[in-house]
Amino acid sequence: MALKSVAELMTACEISQKPLWEVILMQDLEIDTPEARTVSMQRMDHMWNIMCASVKNYDKEQHSFSGLVGGDGARYLDAMQSGNMMCGHYFNLAIATALKVSECNACMKRIVAAPTAGSCGVIPAALIPYQEEYHTTKEDMLHALYVAGGFGNIIAERASISGAEAGCQAEIGAASAMAAAALTFLCGGTPEACENACAMALKNLLGLVCDPVAGLVEVPCVKRNVVGVVNAIACANMAISGITSRIPADEVIDAMGDIGRHMPETLRETATGGLAVTPTAQKVAERFSKNTE
Amino acid sequence: MHIFDIIGPVMIGPSSSHTAGAAKIGYVTRKLLGERPVEAEIMLHGSFSATGSGHGTDRAIVAGLLGYKPDDEHLPNSFVEAKQAGLAFELTHGVIRNAHPNTAKIHVFGESGKELEVVGASVGGGRIQICEIDGICTNFSGEYNTIIVHNTDTPGHVAQVTTVLAQKNVNIASMQLYRNMQGGYAVMIIECDDVIPENMLAWLKDLDGIIKITSYNAEEGV
Repeated sequence: MALKSVAELMTACEISQKPLWEVILMQDLEIDTPEARTVSMQRMDHMWNIMCASVKNYDKEQHSFSGLVGGDGARYLDAMQSGNMMCGHYFNLAIATALKVSECNACMKRIVAAPTAGSCGVIPAALIPYQEEYHTTKEDMLHALYVAGGFGNIIAERASISGAEAGCQAEIGAASAMAAAALTFLCGGTPEACENACAMALKNLLGLVCDPVAGLVEVPCVKRNVVGVVNAIACANMAISGITSRIPADEVIDAMGDIGRHMPETLRETATGGLAVTPTAQKVAERFSKNTE
Repeated sequence: MHIFDIIGPVMIGPSSSHTAGAAKIGYVTRKLLGERPVEAEIMLHGSFSATGSGHGTDRAIVAGLLGYKPDDEHLPNSFVEAKQAGLAFELTHGVIRNAHPNTAKIHVFGESGKELEVVGASVGGGRIQICEIDGICTNFSGEYNTIIVHNTDTPGHVAQVTTVLAQKNVNIASMQLYRNMQGGYAVMIIECDDVIPENMLAWLKDLDGIIKITSYNAEEGV
């Protein structure tokens, strides 16, 4: 049975005295047998491999149909290598990875939706550079994906993970909250610290609307993936330091759903409001519709 | 919801709802038709209509009708492939009352003349809901092996179908019954845990009062 609340998840961890990822895995299985666990782990392994492949196969020459997206992941990496960047290596590699994976998505390449395609850069950007920087095992990374998935599942059940239903907060917001929980877990945080990271990350992105230029998953989506991972890292660090969310995760998730229901349709993936109706965006839309005729 | 609905699916970008979900609606429609489609009228509603072409929604639905799964790299090129495969399609935009923002209505004709109209919604993360089949409201996800029986609204048809399922050792996960009016046209939708055997369908098809049977065996990666 799927968990309906983070509170239930915390209780299940406390009662079972098992690690957070394992509780999430057990709850996900219809029948908990060693075989079923192996099948699930193998499937998660496949997801991890596809995520890594989407980073590895990144082609800096690839461009989206509109021409708005392409090459930024490589551009950022080049600047990193020339030593022109602020902040540490992991942080910048996370940004470059978010750009790369979301560019692949915009260019109709194969990715793992996590939780959605528009937000597919956030979790790989948090986790793949983490493994490189901190030399964690693949098993740890798979466990972190379960943690991300467990929180994401609750967000999907209580609120939404669809931009058309609840705006970008439901996509980048959810991905960021999932990544924050996963990073906190990797850093050795308690389940409660993971909850706090999730709550803080989602809270920080509440109200974010879905206003894609020309209706494409390109602008501002690719760079919002960067914000998603940067926010996740900040919130995981806060949670590790012992900072807590004053509003519990379940209530933050419900607030996100509530905000989504109040969001006008123009700001829910219809490309009829916000950035999508700026003069520049309208010029792009006009050009794109001519190109596709 | 399953954890691999959240970490996953593996898909071709750019949008889980507008590309992967759309491909899945097309794919499930093909399976429900039960044969190679040669003609399709595709109507896009809501956000599918407003932003569909930029998300490749149109190409994804056509790819699904061609039998490609949402993670197939042929997807971006489906319009060209449809020509080669002999699938003529027409794309229109319209409004479907009370429909989910990401909805498509697909009217397909198969190579042997079979015909089917499906209304499908992409409800987020690549998951879908089949909301209508041949004008009758339905509600199933395509996650389960599904059998859809169209029959006259007369006594005994549910018993006939469930008896055969029991004989074939197929366990029922959920069951829904709909009709347009008393004594009129009825539809039963049965989601099953086990694979629905072909020979069972052939036998049921010949029974009095059974108008049409379609079935769908769920597959990994769709």
